[in-house]
Amino acid sequence: MAVITRGFGGRRRDDADLPPGQYRTDDFPVLSAGPTPRIDLDEWEFAVVTETGERSTWSWAEFTALPADEPTVDIHCVTRWSKFGTSWRGVSVDTLLADVDTAAEYVVAHSYGGYTTNIPLEGLLDGQAWVAYEFDGEPLAPVHGGPARLLVPHLYFWKSAKWLRALELRLDDEPGFWETAGYHNDGDPWREQRYLED
Amino acid sequence: MLTVHVEADDAPWVDGNALAGPLGEIMGTDLTVAELTCAGCRTTRPLAAMRVFDRAPGLVARCPGCEDVVMRVVRMTGRVLVDVRGSLIVSLPVPTA
Repeated sequence: MAVITRGFGGRRRDDADLPPGQYRTDDFPVLSAGPTPRIDLDEWEFAVVTETGERSTWSWAEFTALPADEPTVDIHCVTRWSKFGTSWRGVSVDTLLADVDTAAEYVVAHSYGGYTTNIPLEGLLDGQAWVAYEFDGEPLAPVHGGPARLLVPHLYFWKSAKWLRALELRLDDEPGFWETAGYHNDGDPWREQRYLED
Repeated sequence: MLTVHVEADDAPWVDGNALAGPLGEIMGTDLTVAELTCAGCRTTRPLAAMRVFDRAPGLVARCPGCEDVVMRVVRMTGRVLVDVRGSLIVSLPVPTA
């Protein structure tokens, strides 16, 4: 599935395509709040855990056999860089939750290494989010979150948790790593929701 | 400031002296001489001995023993947030007159 993002259509991209306060970069800066975890693919597991504790799990082979999309999206980091037209391959959250019975309204993404971030469930559905395992046609590098990371391009990129291990479905909201340290709970770049006070 | 972790494809960190500027600016004292007791492994070390991941939305200080987070410093628009929930104790020397 191709995802055509705001302003993408062959014309030259310019500052009008940037959310407020952002600048464009063609690099892919590496930001990390801790050491890069190394996860062997034969030990990697991804889980969806519901509010009742029911777990659905996928091995690497099972996960990469799921139907995949190839979204091309703009990404926006809260440290003010944006990168246009990034190309990924991954499994949509819609696919991962297709057979999951839940009344949850919130999700906490859990990473290998301990990182967490919280997102309303509706912000992950309807083709808005993926668990991505390839970038630019190559396996996702560990520094960029490989083996697999969450990809939620409509929110600041701290919400796109690297080294994803599980999506926890919850009835209540549970602020994550940066959301408990001064960053905005929602993180919408078009509304410039950077900090708690914004 | 000394970058000691140099593995090419890993996230680099610097020592705890990287916190001297941001913390000194808001508190008016050199907090790198503070000692923190890690809530994870309960080891006490000077703040300057912690590993600070500074290429991130904030400064994240981790215990060099267990890698748990002992301090986070985030500069917001008009405030600086210092989170120390990862430290059981923060001790400071009494200033000499």
